[in-house]
Amino acid sequence: MANRLTQAVTGMQEWFNERAPSFLPVYRKHMTEYYAPKNFNIWYIFGVLSMVVLVNQIVTGIFLTMFFKPSAAEAFASVEYIMRDVEWGWLIRYMHSTGASAFFLVVYIHMFRGVMYGSYKKPRELVWLLGMLIYLVLMAEAFMGYVLPWGQMSFWGAKVIISLFGAVPYIGGALTEWIMGDYLPSDATLNRFFALHVIALPLVLLLLVVLHIFALHEVGSNNPDGVEIKKGPKGNRWSDKAPADGIPFHPYFTVKDIFYTGCFLMICAFIIFFEPTVGGLFLEHDNFIEANRLVTPAHIKPTWYYTPFYAMLRVIPNKLAGVLTMFSAIIVLFFLPWLDRGKVKSWRYRGVGFRVALFVLGICFVWLGKIGSGPGTDPVETIIGRFLTAAYFGFFIYLWVYTAFGFEKTKPVPERVTGHD
Amino acid sequence: MANDGVDMGRRRFLTATTAVVGGAGIAMAAIPFIKSWQPSARAKTAGAPVEADISKLELGQMVMFEWRGQPIWIIRRTQAQLDALPSQDPRLKDPNSEVIDQQPAFAKNEHRSEKPELFVVVGICTHLGCAPKLHAELKPEPFDPDWKGGFFCPCHKSRFDMAGRVYDGVPAPTNLVVPPYYFMDDNHIMIGQMKGAA
Repeated sequence: MANRLTQAVTGMQEWFNERAPSFLPVYRKHMTEYYAPKNFNIWYIFGVLSMVVLVNQIVTGIFLTMFFKPSAAEAFASVEYIMRDVEWGWLIRYMHSTGASAFFLVVYIHMFRGVMYGSYKKPRELVWLLGMLIYLVLMAEAFMGYVLPWGQMSFWGAKVIISLFGAVPYIGGALTEWIMGDYLPSDATLNRFFALHVIALPLVLLLLVVLHIFALHEVGSNNPDGVEIKKGPKGNRWSDKAPADGIPFHPYFTVKDIFYTGCFLMICAFIIFFEPTVGGLFLEHDNFIEANRLVTPAHIKPTWYYTPFYAMLRVIPNKLAGVLTMFSAIIVLFFLPWLDRGKVKSWRYRGVGFRVALFVLGICFVWLGKIGSGPGTDPVETIIGRFLTAAYFGFFIYLWVYTAFGFEKTKPVPERVTGHD
Repeated sequence: MANDGVDMGRRRFLTATTAVVGGAGIAMAAIPFIKSWQPSARAKTAGAPVEADISKLELGQMVMFEWRGQPIWIIRRTQAQLDALPSQDPRLKDPNSEVIDQQPAFAKNEHRSEKPELFVVVGICTHLGCAPKLHAELKPEPFDPDWKGGFFCPCHKSRFDMAGRVYDGVPAPTNLVVPPYYFMDDNHIMIGQMKGAA
């Protein structure tokens, strides 16, 4: 009996391989024969977690579109319908809304990891650039998604963000009307944001994720020591040609990732079941009121993942300068691989000046996020915000000066990865 | 395949011209899709002018109308509020309404209106589109000890005087927008259209 079964499986494999001989090598290249450094630590789970969240967003998103009505007249009521009348609708929606915040959380940690260990440096510049594009698309995707429930913060958030494009000289006014399809955010705006949110941007996002992973698998993963395992000795248990310090992604890292995914999903489940708004952080209180174009909420603020940039916009008294500063804060990250001239990748072996500066950058980002989510009426806070904005940009200038003119005193980098034999 | 006897110049020319014509075709084909995002005929119709009845508007009161989805405020200003306007000039970014896009030509004056006491304005902050709040009284406010009446935006602390003129040192770049309007008679204002316009 077992023999018959084995025969049947082998037969099917052969049948398949004859017809699609290139499929199995692709699987091997990216899974069982992708040799990842064996010294990966917990910082290396966030790429996989972001893919887990992406799958969650797609699946829950598909189900939400089955009940959601993308029109200004019906959107708010249809979300309430999902929450109250659709069986388990509340769970699907909270999985989607919690997933959005979780997405940014893991992506921010993933990016910070990249800076810590110099994962953006040669030969991984393209991986970094594709990752940054994913981040940009993700911001647009999340913004448009937040508009769809057509609550007060959906409407006014959309109004504020779209009006940023009004700061463009000469064509600003026409550009905002073109984006909205009206003279204010309206049914036309909601309808097109729905199309972009559920079709256009997810397709772009998926394509970029595939390219990000393919680009990574060409050059191989970095690791906490910043040592190129491909340049080290060859030969491990599985292959003579593979790097000695690499182990197959599947099953060794898939097992580790499944464990951490379980931990991560437990935290997410806790949020979904017990505190889905996270005190107004994930879902703002004002968004439980239907959009009213004649009444502005007392404090218009975006969701937490945009607030560091929103704070920069707010503390700068000139509108155009504020908008430019805000977008520059994101664009400057694209140039990180070329601003950082240091040859040593991991902060374990980099100068104290780098580690301190990165710590300061992290504080700036979080503190700006706090300022951006507040009412913004405290003049002292505005001064602090300006100082933090300057420090944020200062990091990149400092990093270039520090590394390009030889101020950095690095430690010797080991020949091979450490900590695991 | 051998390239012997191939006229490379001709091949490059044909490749380039095909690419250019194809590119032009794609650009042309993109126009309908880009244009489809413009405000539709329905949206344009909904943006038609609005008639405002102000017969019941008392001195010092504000009434709100809606035009193109924007709140239009009409305020019957008191003499004290009007008298305080010139005193604010040194503290303003644009006291003489030099930025011409912010008001029709007839409102380029100290009170930024056709009739001095009646102020018609779009109630949207010129910073990021919030709705400023009217603080009409001439008394010290937490945000300005020398307050002479005006509008305060709670979002980003922009301040405007009783003629919608923006103060220096706030995020809003320009004065509040005065919409086109004309008096049909003493008690009726047509908002969204200039006199004589179709």
